[in-house]
Amino acid sequence: MNIYVCIKQVPDTETKIKLNGDSSGIDTAGIKWILSPYDELAVEEALRLKEKNAGSTVTVISAGPTRVVEAIRTALAMGCDNAIHVEIPENADNNYSAKALAGALKKEAKVDIVFAGKEAIDDGAAQTSQLVAEYFGMPCVTVVLGIEYGASSLKCKREVEGGAFEMVETALPALVAAQKGLNEPRYASLPNIMKAKKKEVKGLKAADVGVSDGDQKIKYKNFQLPPPKAAGKKIAGDPAAQAKELVRALHEEAKVV
Amino acid sequence: MAKVLIVAEHRDGKLKKSTFELVGASAAAGNETHVALLGEGVADLAKELGTYGANKVHIAQNAALKLYSAEAYTAVLADLAKTISPDVILASHTPTGRDFMPRLARRLEVGLASDCVTLAFEGSGIKVRRPVYSGKATAEVEFLGAGPRLATIRANALGVGKPDAGKSAESITVTANVGDLKSKTLEVVKGASARPDVTEAAIVVSGGRALKSADNFKIIEGLADVLGAAVGASRAAVDAGYRPHRDQVGQTGKVVSPALYIACGISGAIQHLAGMRTSKTIVAINTAPEAPIYQIADYGVVSDLFAIVPLLTEDFKKIKEH
Ligand SMILES: Cc1cc2nc3c(=O)[nH]c(=O)nc-3n(C[C@H](O)[C@H](O)[C@H](O)COP(=O)(O)OP(=O)(O)OC[C@H]3O[C@@H](n4cnc5c(N)ncnc54)[C@H](O)[C@@H]3O)c2cc1C
Ligand SMILES: Nc1ncnc2c1ncn2[C@@H]1O[C@H](COP(=O)(O)O)[C@@H](O)[C@H]1O
Repeated sequence: MNIYVCIKQVPDTETKIKLNGDSSGIDTAGIKWILSPYDELAVEEALRLKEKNAGSTVTVISAGPTRVVEAIRTALAMGCDNAIHVEIPENADNNYSAKALAGALKKEAKVDIVFAGKEAIDDGAAQTSQLVAEYFGMPCVTVVLGIEYGASSLKCKREVEGGAFEMVETALPALVAAQKGLNEPRYASLPNIMKAKKKEVKGLKAADVGVSDGDQKIKYKNFQLPPPKAAGKKIAGDPAAQAKELVRALHEEAKVV
Repeated sequence: MAKVLIVAEHRDGKLKKSTFELVGASAAAGNETHVALLGEGVADLAKELGTYGANKVHIAQNAALKLYSAEAYTAVLADLAKTISPDVILASHTPTGRDFMPRLARRLEVGLASDCVTLAFEGSGIKVRRPVYSGKATAEVEFLGAGPRLATIRANALGVGKPDAGKSAESITVTANVGDLKSKTLEVVKGASARPDVTEAAIVVSGGRALKSADNFKIIEGLADVLGAAVGASRAAVDAGYRPHRDQVGQTGKVVSPALYIACGISGAIQHLAGMRTSKTIVAINTAPEAPIYQIADYGVVSDLFAIVPLLTEDFKKIKEH
């Protein structure tokens, strides 16, 4: 099988976000970049599928500025075989990125399945997977935490609200966006990390995959940090007194109960 | 004034509160408010949409729409959008809305602002702001180019207005051409819990590592049930197996913004705060006075959760009985 994984490089979850001078974005200086956590699940699922199907290859694809090659190396170290980096601007939106990713996929001889994360933890947009699938012309199932593989189709367990699931059957090729619970991602072994450093990363430019400025459909501006919160009220006393006072405050002051 | 199309969401024959938020906000701004109602046997729901201020309800019924289908929804909505040419299309940022809206955006060749937490109507457009970096910052979204403005709005972000029984909407039947479907929802497997979902509930009571066992979460559930609240958890509680991952609040879990968030035995790590800091009122219950959660709490209660939570449950019960 020809298996593909879309991965995004994002700031580490510990990052304290600071804005740039004119609030048109964030200050990226000093940020530690990681592979987006849900994309680790996507990589893991791709590797497990490969291990079950002899002769398969897993190709990792990321679109972004040159820094994202580092995240590609992380995926290679986990065990991916091939890699594609599509160079696009830092602030490309979901539409631009998705068209670039789909364009890269269309250049491949055969695509059987594509994995992605349920959302990237930087923009949290949850758009790119569906857009890639639309541009490529394949079905897409999102927020998937279980997959039954058939010969030419998949049965996916899709998480919806209230602890319910939708069981979705889809033809292949298809894109599957991974939710936590799908698997436990492996750690890269030291020898694999060394090997990954030497693997070739195929480079593509925006023009090679047919994207241009007009494909940018939205732009983020006027960034704000959450307003500092006024110091909260400390409720003292023994537990019984604290409970009484809290219930009163929530009922009478905050009026939320 | 704008022509606004809102995609209604329903489950088990009931419209979602988040749909009423959107309809109410659009109507309150004086917009021409259209609603798309897709499904099978759903025509009766149009009446309730009218009471929240919808002017027209476009009803598309088809067996392929009985259960949510990404492809069928996208096809029908793209047709409808082309027929009525709205200035704005809105859906809730729910597992359903967030799934089909990007596809619709692609069909209409426009951009989508997803997971917005503020919404204002300006002329024939909208002004929206959305969290980025899991709520560590927010950004305004500028739409580039022409075409309808598409956005998904986080549940609870707008609030539900009061319905007016005297108001009604015109129902319009739409032909539902779902096209060739490559995927299909076979069934919906119900969750075991009768509690609301963390992302939808007006009140969330969360527990952390301090709960020490899945069984101890009963005291959190007891408080949640008195308040009609959802139960949330920190990642430490989820990783320890006290709660399923779907209850996890935070950067790699659910992002919630209820009217009231009660954090019990949660330290307030940056990744947890990312998921709940937009809650309107935050209560922290923790034995450690220096716990970071107090920095964003409106009410801080330094106390042993095992002592105070049962007392709170009893005291709230009394208020609820009045
Ligand atoms: C990539 C990544 C993603 C992450 N994503 C998330 C996420 O989505 N959500 C999330 O929550 N975390 C996330 N984390 C984990 C996060 O860093 C913290 O480890 C976690 O939130 C801690 O959970 P906790 O507050 O329950 O536990 P602790 O930090 O151990 O805090 C327990 C608290 O309980 C208090 N306590 C103890 N006993 C009592 C008692 N009897 N009564 C009252 N209080 C008591 C203690 O004082 C302490 O403050 C992530 C981490 C990483 C690296
Ligand atoms: N620039 C990108 N390059 C590769 N994959 C991406 C990119 N952006 C998003 N993705 C994939 O799409 C998923 C959803 O991203 P998002 O729409 O940004 O929330 C991510 O988890 C990735 O798998």
